[in-house]
Amino acid sequence: MSTGHLMACHDCDLLQRMPVVPEGMTAICGRCGAVLAKPKRDSLERSLALALAGLVLLVLANSFPFLGFKVQGQVRETLLLTGIWELHLQGMPQVALLVFVTTVLAPLAQLLALVYILLPLKRDRPAPGMFHVFRWLRSIAPWSMTEVFMLGILVSVVKLAKMAQIIPGTAAFCFMALIFVLAACMSSLDAHEIWSRWEAPR
Amino acid sequence: MMSPAARTAQSASLLSCGVCHLLVRKPPGAADPAGRCPRCGAALRARKPDSVARTWALVIAALVFYVPANVLPITKVTSLGVVQSDTILSGVIYFIHSGMWPIALVIFIASVFVPLLKLLILMLLLVSVQLRSRWRPKDRTRLYRITEAIGRWSMVDIFVVTILVALVHLGALANIEAQAGAAFFAAVVVITIFAAMSFDPRLIWDAKESNDEPECTP
Repeated sequence: MSTGHLMACHDCDLLQRMPVVPEGMTAICGRCGAVLAKPKRDSLERSLALALAGLVLLVLANSFPFLGFKVQGQVRETLLLTGIWELHLQGMPQVALLVFVTTVLAPLAQLLALVYILLPLKRDRPAPGMFHVFRWLRSIAPWSMTEVFMLGILVSVVKLAKMAQIIPGTAAFCFMALIFVLAACMSSLDAHEIWSRWEAPR
Repeated sequence: MMSPAARTAQSASLLSCGVCHLLVRKPPGAADPAGRCPRCGAALRARKPDSVARTWALVIAALVFYVPANVLPITKVTSLGVVQSDTILSGVIYFIHSGMWPIALVIFIASVFVPLLKLLILMLLLVSVQLRSRWRPKDRTRLYRITEAIGRWSMVDIFVVTILVALVHLGALANIEAQAGAAFFAAVVVITIFAAMSFDPRLIWDAKESNDEPECTP
């Protein structure tokens, strides 16, 4: 980031001159306390690596059995998508769509968008339409709710504990890992680093 | 440094790009949006469009849906011919009766308390902005950030229903079906997330700017 350039706070619009923010430090707005800049070490490389790992985990989480339900010797195995499909069959397509978007589609789109932006940028050749994708990435981020889904799993497991035994499948562990990878990926992403890399070759 | 008159981007006739935060000089007499950001191509606006009106509309819509979401059952359990319908609150009461306090608390906070708190905070912010209040802008901005962050956790109950309908599918032995309440509740969550997105926290500070103006001598 260039030294002493002006920036307006996104939460209160106050103009302030940005200092050089060292890696690992946070610049906050002097008036409302919003985070203005938070440079990270190797931000681009870390985000890219985590995004690729996240894609692998997301594929695994959707391919293997998610939760098993054992009652009276009978085992019912379900996929992550089973519940979504059941909601659709029970005449709740809008709820099914919402769950599909928040647990599968939004995380997938988020990870693909990150790889699309970061991989070419790593080789100093910005991808075409990079900014459109970035804008899109920011608007889908609030709809990616993997960590909330995990809490939902915990509540369900406790709720059904008296009735039957719940066996977490391979996909459940992949999904759990995905939550941490996704969170680490988004928090190591430094937008200012992306802009400066984009402006550098010009 | 800046002249004291130009404390905010808006008062300095600058536009801050909502996506890449580039500062762009606002052409005199520019419409809204004032063109596109030269760096990233996003529409340039001083403030989110019709923020107060849009947020009010979404808050009222969410309040309307909040009623059926809590009154109508969200699940129907059929076990050996016995049918039992559960609303969000009856689910919480069931957990209290079976001694599972932590789970009861999680569901109550995520499904009842958070959506209501979010709507109340947004209404407080909207009214304070409309009255051009100068009351504790920093704390009100903090309240706004809270509404943005907590809304997603209300989805927990929807996810629980999704997992239950997937697992408890044992024919005559036990079956769980989603009911209309779940759809209304999902609508409340989605609408309140959009409501928080459409509110512009910079409006909280605009009242301060207009009142501060007399002391400015560039």
